[in-house]
Amino acid sequence: MDWQALALSLRLGLFTVLLLLPPAILLGRWLAVTSWRGKPFIEALVVLPLVLPPTVLGFYLLAAMGPHSPVGQLWTQLFGQGLAFSFPGILAASILVNIPFAVQPAQRAFEAVGQDLRHAAATCGLSPLASFRQIELPLAAPGILTGAVLAFAHTLGEFGVVLMVGGAIPGETKTLALSIYDRVQALDNAAAASMSALLLAISLTAVALTFALSRKRPNVGA
Amino acid sequence: MSGLDLALRATTPVPLDLALTVAPGEILALIGRSGAGKSSILKAIAGLLPGGSGHIRVNGESWFDSDAGIRLSPHRRRLGYLFQNYALFPHKTALENVMAAAPDETAARRLLAAVQLGDLKNRRPAQLSGGQQQRVALARALAREPRLLLLDEPFSAVDRPTRRALAQTIRDLRASLDMPVILVTHDIEDAAHLADRIAILEAGRIVQCGPTAEVIARPASELVRDLVA
Repeated sequence: MDWQALALSLRLGLFTVLLLLPPAILLGRWLAVTSWRGKPFIEALVVLPLVLPPTVLGFYLLAAMGPHSPVGQLWTQLFGQGLAFSFPGILAASILVNIPFAVQPAQRAFEAVGQDLRHAAATCGLSPLASFRQIELPLAAPGILTGAVLAFAHTLGEFGVVLMVGGAIPGETKTLALSIYDRVQALDNAAAASMSALLLAISLTAVALTFALSRKRPNVGA
Repeated sequence: MSGLDLALRATTPVPLDLALTVAPGEILALIGRSGAGKSSILKAIAGLLPGGSGHIRVNGESWFDSDAGIRLSPHRRRLGYLFQNYALFPHKTALENVMAAAPDETAARRLLAAVQLGDLKNRRPAQLSGGQQQRVALARALAREPRLLLLDEPFSAVDRPTRRALAQTIRDLRASLDMPVILVTHDIEDAAHLADRIAILEAGRIVQCGPTAEVIARPASELVRDLVA
């Protein structure tokens, strides 16, 4: 078992969820209520990471983060090191790749809250912010948690984009999924098997948790 | 003037072109066929519909005035709104639902007691019957000490005994409700029991308006006759 890779993967998953969740909640909520005519375009952009080959996404991200790109140059000026082939680089890539996993469940959850409850909150005198905090967020929480779990599990298993953007630098960008590939290349099937079993268990637990959360309805029971 | 004074013109989502006044303590029933614009008028008064022109004044306070560029946010319009499907917050108890609009817990408890639900204050909407949910919604609509009360088909989703009980509750509360009340209904019986005046609505326009008994006794058109029959 490559414990260093496991720790890195868990750290990557955790940071991805922490940084992705707040904007995903806001974007999901906006998509749920807006009648703006450009909404389908934004929804298409959100889903894009799901349909793009990871290598294509990875290539564009690598180009965007490279030392000659504006983003790469700005990052180097600010932090004294390049963004590509670093933990912040794969974190940025991971956040982008996981946008659909976090945003879509949040959007569906806010859609399920319904306009009537938003209207009822307003006629109770709740400001939009109070309505969001007291009514919408608690009701959408199961959907938001589902998105968080999916994003976390997907981050642990992400391979192509992380490899393109981060390479496989031990302790910096070599995640568990990359370590499995590395072990198979080295014909170390025992290590690959134990790490694969761990990822399988985590993924299965995450999906089971997702189903459990999707059945949880705040309007049922005491 | 005190009470409600409104003139509204809108083209979407349904066409509206009407003017009406409702005095404090008066109940005006809006009656019309499906799609006539009854609920849209209530939503427009509450600020829940975008666009439109005209004015809405309550006790002299301007909530909406397209000429003056005034459009108060929905949460700043001090009104009580009883929604057709009650729109209770499903994750909150009956008491918490009322507290969402009440100034304090004591006021919320008093209102729940007034609608005979003091014993069920800790139940969530899913644990209440349709009639009980309706009462919680009425208590919540009154909790904000509103300047105007809007009742959108309050009797549509309950059986006859529950209807009678709620109508009685509204009648009982009426003595202390010194505010204009607009009742949207498609049932002339409900209007006849509760309303002082009836306004018949068709395609967003008022086609007849007058004291309840007079409108029922002297319908001005075939449409009104059908609706009050």
